[in-house]
Amino acid sequence: MNNSEWPLWEVFIRSKQGLDHKHVGSLHAADAAMAVQNARDVYTRRLEGVSIWVVESKHIHASNPDEAAEFFDPAADKVYRHPTFYDVPDSIKHM
Amino acid sequence: MLRLMTPTQPEVSAVPTPPPASNPLFPFVLQLADTSLILAHRLSEWCGHGPVLEQDLALANIALDLLGEARSYYQYAAELEGQGRTEDDLAYLRSAVEYRNPLLVEQPNGDFAHTIVRQFLFDVFHYELLIELKAGPDTQLAAIAEKSLKEAAYHRKWSAEWMIRLGDGTPESRQRIEKALRTLWRYAAELTSPTPLELDLHTLGLVPDYAELQARAAAYITHVFAEATLPVPTEAFRQPGGKLGRHSEHLGYLLAELQYMQRTYPGLTW
Amino acid sequence: METPTLAPTPEEQFQARIDADVRIEPKDWMPDAYRKTLIRQISQHAHSELVGMLPEGNWITRAPSLRRKSILLAKVQDEAGHGLYLYSAAETLGTTRDQMLADLHSGKAKYSSIFNYPTLSWADMGCVGWLVDGAAILNQVPLCRTSYGPYARAMVRVCKEESFHQRQGFEVMQTLCEGSAVQKEMAQESLNRWWWPTLMMFGPADDASPNTEQSMKWRIKRFTNDELRQKFVDMMVPQAEFLGLTVPDEKLKWNEARQAYDFGEVNWDEFWSVVKGNGMCNHERLQARVQAHEEGAWVREAALAHAEKRQAREAVAVAA
Repeated sequence: MNNSEWPLWEVFIRSKQGLDHKHVGSLHAADAAMAVQNARDVYTRRLEGVSIWVVESKHIHASNPDEAAEFFDPAADKVYRHPTFYDVPDSIKHM
Repeated sequence: MLRLMTPTQPEVSAVPTPPPASNPLFPFVLQLADTSLILAHRLSEWCGHGPVLEQDLALANIALDLLGEARSYYQYAAELEGQGRTEDDLAYLRSAVEYRNPLLVEQPNGDFAHTIVRQFLFDVFHYELLIELKAGPDTQLAAIAEKSLKEAAYHRKWSAEWMIRLGDGTPESRQRIEKALRTLWRYAAELTSPTPLELDLHTLGLVPDYAELQARAAAYITHVFAEATLPVPTEAFRQPGGKLGRHSEHLGYLLAELQYMQRTYPGLTW
Repeated sequence: METPTLAPTPEEQFQARIDADVRIEPKDWMPDAYRKTLIRQISQHAHSELVGMLPEGNWITRAPSLRRKSILLAKVQDEAGHGLYLYSAAETLGTTRDQMLADLHSGKAKYSSIFNYPTLSWADMGCVGWLVDGAAILNQVPLCRTSYGPYARAMVRVCKEESFHQRQGFEVMQTLCEGSAVQKEMAQESLNRWWWPTLMMFGPADDASPNTEQSMKWRIKRFTNDELRQKFVDMMVPQAEFLGLTVPDEKLKWNEARQAYDFGEVNWDEFWSVVKGNGMCNHERLQARVQAHEEGAWVREAALAHAEKRQAREAVAVAA
């Protein structure tokens, strides 16, 4: 097998002004400029976007699913962080 | 007159309108339409055969843009002509000698380098031409040009970057791009060499000054070639003809395929 | 005596998540067989999109009107996009697109046999859109809820885009059927050729489909082959009637008790023969893909070489 496969890039698209860029998928490209253009040609053929980010997949660092419990479960009992934890008297407005 | 019985045909008024003092813009708009259609046709031949999936999509996008542009021109040309012909009549029922596209766009795809050189030479000219047409006095042509200019700007960027990648890539890609240039360079000059029709329209202010377009196109080509580390060809030989209806043999085959259905089953709706 | 409660094995935990409809994501633990089955299924699907471009691509240059030409080109281009989404989904499982393509080119990987049939008339563009895409959609919609996250997300995108494909195919058929006698005949002739191969797209009968049970358990398949085939027939027969076309099956008959159509037996000899490489176009289709890939090698190499040169130059510029 030849080794001419282009690197893999992750594509993030802002669907309209005011919204976050959202991961939409990936593609192959030889360089960043080409990755942006390929993303335009592949992922915005139906007016899906107004802005594109690309990042080479190898540069993404992710949390480890095996550590998901220690990472995320401790947030579960901090109910006092949520506004619904507090009882506000009915007569109090604008809170 | 079988065609007139199909539902898509406009009603023909009982009083025949006198043949309009043939609008001089008609043949020019038709030439623009033919040019975009023929190049779109060539690019569409790549569909499913591109060098990598991402570029297959890119090539099809450019083909779709050009096809859309061609349709706008054909529809406008049909309107200018005022004889009840449709976009499809103009595209599918004219012979090779009636087609007015420059020779460059009918040249076969060859390898990817050929396709890129053909596209780049066309895109540079197309982009500059649309800038002028957009600012021109004919509002309908200006509107088509305004829409197409956005597309052409992207095409030019895409093909210029590929010129640079292939010119300054591997020895093989450079050799291939040089070969493509040797084959295709002779057809570039026709784009900016005005025909008698274009000269007439220029005096009416409807067609830009091609000498100026040529200068701007040359400057851009020089800039891109420098980045691609490619020498600008010095070949002086030019091969004109397409815009006057004198085509290479390639166009006949292309039209045979393009027009196959309409010629085999005349007058039907698809 | 109390039986000691054993901690659930990773396989059991995995199955429990799937049963609870929790999506599996790329970095999650998964059984090897699940990974392998998915890679096979997703890449096979991707290959089908890629090879599927060829029979329709055939007619782009011959489309009978500029409107039809634009639609067809956009549609075939979409298939390239769908192939790309699916290859990307498979790549999250640890394979590469190059590897998958190598398997396609060597004949190790399969693609949908329907694309080994030739497209011989313009009406075939109608039948491919209406029937073949119709069958594909039946297969694909349930996969939007499949257990593997990247696959499900790719399928959502595919299905969203695919919805116009079947409609444009139906529109082609409808225009033909409302047209001249020659056009209607063209439509019927095409239906005669495509009906049975389309029914084969759902795969062998359930009793000859040994992997179905495991795949259903893993929720990477949500209906059996025969269920989908029946659904398809029930959906398509009224549409053919609307068009005024005759479905080429003498045994086709509404079964009041089952509230479904009875239909004839698929010719499984033909099915297996085409799968094994003896269809009209197997050789050409694969050859076209291999050729595109091989002729594209120098292009891909040049782009990489240029990117490296540019990066080196930029590094020098930064250092200076």
